[in-house]
Amino acid sequence: MSAPPTEAAEPAEPAVPEGRVVLDTGDIARALTRIAHEILERNKGAGDLVLLGIPSRGVPLARRIAERIQDVEGVAVPVGALDITMYRDDLRRHPARSPQPTEVPPGGVDGKTVVLVDDVLYSGRTVRAALDAMNDLGRPDVVRLAVLVDRGHRELPIRADHVGKNLPSARTERVMVRLADTDDVEGVWIE
Amino acid sequence: MRKHLLSVDDLSTDDVATLFATAAEMHDVQRRQVKKLPALRGRTIINLFFEDSTRTRSSFEIAGKWLSADTINIAAKGSSASKGESLRDTVRTIAAMGVDALVVRHPASGAALQVSQWVDAAVVNAGDGTHEHPTQALLDAYTLQRRLGGLEGRHVVIVGDLTHSRVFRSNVKCLGKLGAEVTVVAPPTLMPSGVAAWSADAGFATSYDLDAVLPTADAVMMLRVQRERMSGAFFPSAREYTVGYGLTRDRLGVLGPDVPICHPGPMNRGLEIAADAADAAQSAVLDQVSAGVAVRMSILYHLLAGED
Amino acid sequence: MSDRILVKGARLLGGAAADLLLADGVVAELGTSGGLSDAGARVVDADGLVALPGLVDLHTHLREPGREDAETIRTGSQAAAVGGFTAVLAMANTSPVTDTAEAAERVHDLGRAAGLVDVQPVGAVTRGLGGEELAELGLMHRSRARVTVFSDDGRCVADARVMRRALEYVKAFGGVVSQHAQDPSLAGPTACCHEGELSGRLGLPGWPGVAEEVVVARDVMLARHTGSRVHVAHASTAGTVEVLRWAKAQAARDGSWSVTAEVTPHHLLLTTDLLGSENGGYDPTFKVNPPLRPQEDVDAVRAALADGTIDAVATDHAPHARHDKEHAFVDAAFGMLGLETALPVVATVMVESGLLDWAGVARVMSSTPAAIAGLEGQGRPLEAGQPANLVLVDPAATLTVDRDRSVSLSRNNPWHGRTLGARVHATFLRGVPTVLDGALA
Repeated sequence: MSAPPTEAAEPAEPAVPEGRVVLDTGDIARALTRIAHEILERNKGAGDLVLLGIPSRGVPLARRIAERIQDVEGVAVPVGALDITMYRDDLRRHPARSPQPTEVPPGGVDGKTVVLVDDVLYSGRTVRAALDAMNDLGRPDVVRLAVLVDRGHRELPIRADHVGKNLPSARTERVMVRLADTDDVEGVWIE
Repeated sequence: MRKHLLSVDDLSTDDVATLFATAAEMHDVQRRQVKKLPALRGRTIINLFFEDSTRTRSSFEIAGKWLSADTINIAAKGSSASKGESLRDTVRTIAAMGVDALVVRHPASGAALQVSQWVDAAVVNAGDGTHEHPTQALLDAYTLQRRLGGLEGRHVVIVGDLTHSRVFRSNVKCLGKLGAEVTVVAPPTLMPSGVAAWSADAGFATSYDLDAVLPTADAVMMLRVQRERMSGAFFPSAREYTVGYGLTRDRLGVLGPDVPICHPGPMNRGLEIAADAADAAQSAVLDQVSAGVAVRMSILYHLLAGED
Repeated sequence: MSDRILVKGARLLGGAAADLLLADGVVAELGTSGGLSDAGARVVDADGLVALPGLVDLHTHLREPGREDAETIRTGSQAAAVGGFTAVLAMANTSPVTDTAEAAERVHDLGRAAGLVDVQPVGAVTRGLGGEELAELGLMHRSRARVTVFSDDGRCVADARVMRRALEYVKAFGGVVSQHAQDPSLAGPTACCHEGELSGRLGLPGWPGVAEEVVVARDVMLARHTGSRVHVAHASTAGTVEVLRWAKAQAARDGSWSVTAEVTPHHLLLTTDLLGSENGGYDPTFKVNPPLRPQEDVDAVRAALADGTIDAVATDHAPHARHDKEHAFVDAAFGMLGLETALPVVATVMVESGLLDWAGVARVMSSTPAAIAGLEGQGRPLEAGQPANLVLVDPAATLTVDRDRSVSLSRNNPWHGRTLGARVHATFLRGVPTVLDGALA
């Protein structure tokens, strides 16, 4: 029962990734600001908006986007966490993983515009699991997806509505996101 | 975590922490409108009960169903030597249907362990004779940990028919693992044999005097006392038992208002626990039941969700 | 009639080497090593082997009639011969129970027909082992089977009045009552683990030593009161040894009554801890009645066997079909195999430790049990003119027990995987080899 707590880690994650830096702290900040503006534009304001981060790194990203929305609109958008461990389609292939907390904001998700936030979009399976998990929580009017990095190689018909950076990559490469909230360093690396 | 959960001994302290963390998430799921999680979709769990127990069986059944496993209950008849089918034949026949987990309740101590030696499925001990009931101990500890904010150094008093109690046996192990100070209280006739050496080795205290230990209790766990025990000359009368070892109204007054009162059920109101104590604000009895489902979900998830 | 067999160079009771010529069922000649001519005789080289009188088991369950899937009189006799035995007493708890002359004669005759060991039936003390009415003790004794030992083994004759009457009644023909000492109110039918710390931890019904000791104490007083003979089956506790020591001193002083006792090989070596989790836990192979006891009791019964307080080793060989052991521990059948391994266990526990020499082994496994059971042709000294019942033991060999190599029909073998000292090399029943080179002849 020594499952890694986060879904991203298959081999142990290095604290400071090796490889090439593709986004630094400033790049991340600018990308999130842009995403915040896109969300507001698309939603025509902050009304009925709920941001749900997918643990672990989607949660601080969602929080940062909410801060930027607050700066722009002066509105505190509800932020929550949506754990997808129990909904993964590869549960059987790994030792059992411990679920992370799911936190739904007090207003719930029914009738809302929910923006799912994650760090990396890759196969699309995490997002599929998130949509299933959302289905058991309630019925939003609209669900959108915001990601910091889209590295391609989709295995399901899923696309992001808001992308920080499109990062063409080979399947053999690893894309690693580190955030000051959860890690010692911040940036995006490719190796 | 090991393949089976047969005894609290199968769990490390880290395992218990992981089980409790997952149980807390499961507990939140219980408050949702849609309580079902897909984690064990396609898995088959058989509740194989050689002894009646509506409450434990239902708790496992709900836990399995909320994790989307196919859960089937089988009430099996035990048979003794040279009468009918052997236990090995019974469980191998059932396991051959293609079962991922067997939740086993049996009136004989050690039965779950033996079953685990005969089948490939994961085996969960849902109570074996007077030996262990590890899922009950886990839900008790989970409940107390939430109530008390932690068990390290807290004084838990377990009172009742210890000789015949699997709940006691699993609880001293589990509470000990979590750092609680445990005192077990019973009349000498209901103390298990060899308890002096056992308690010295395992690090729990024993007492014949409930009133002496109650004032320092941070939590009290009352065990069911079966009235049949009187015919075995274990104690003279229900009245005498209650006066000596019952959680009476007077004793309730000695407890602080925040001291949780646990009982694994079913309760003998008026015998080991007064109605005032059972229904007191500090009673954790219903918390135990709801925690039971969450803890069992956590156990089934960790035993079954991973690698085949 | 048998061939002439010359056993060359056997160390009699572990002492000086000698030659024995076996002919016409008796030891025809006994000579110094190399001193006898092998003319016309089949030679068995016994260089380095110890010769003992054929072993006699006071306590065997052969399961026939009733449970021929677990053991038959033939397969049990084979196991006995392989173990070095030339006589076994077959307990009465078969189905039907050996509680009539006819039932006893049938067991006796099936044993003679198998011809590997003398199968001497034990008669039930009470009808159907019910503990209430006496079985036809006198008729069993008068029968062709000449039943002399009576026992309800598997159950205790718990009623003091019935035990008293049985002891009185068998005086008429020199019988002895072998008691399975278990007070049923202190150790009921589910009692299956020595009562102590381990039974408390495992949650198994306790079988306290005192449940044996109070019955032994009662029975020696009844034997003294009635002037009769009582035999304590499978003594297992230090408390029983204390009672026996006192009782034997009394009996020796009085001269009018007697008490004898046996211990099993498993109570001489195996302990309660075998039920604990270090050994897998709850393994019904180690479920036996009386239960395995802690080391203090084991040490006490060893010392008592060495000093004569316990008279004999008896196997309590109790074969069970596999499916009768594949139950939860409390529900599984009581008992373990013992015939094939008894001598190696005694050699390991008593001889290697110096508690007994080979003459002592002959005493506790042959001459004394034969005397207790009144078997005239068994347990005799290795002398010219005596019946040629003997066993040749290789004291230097070791035996790693493999339950699948047993000739018993059953596999409930607690010795599986253990390495024991000494091996039975050959067994002769009235001059006929039943076992040679460690295998059935």
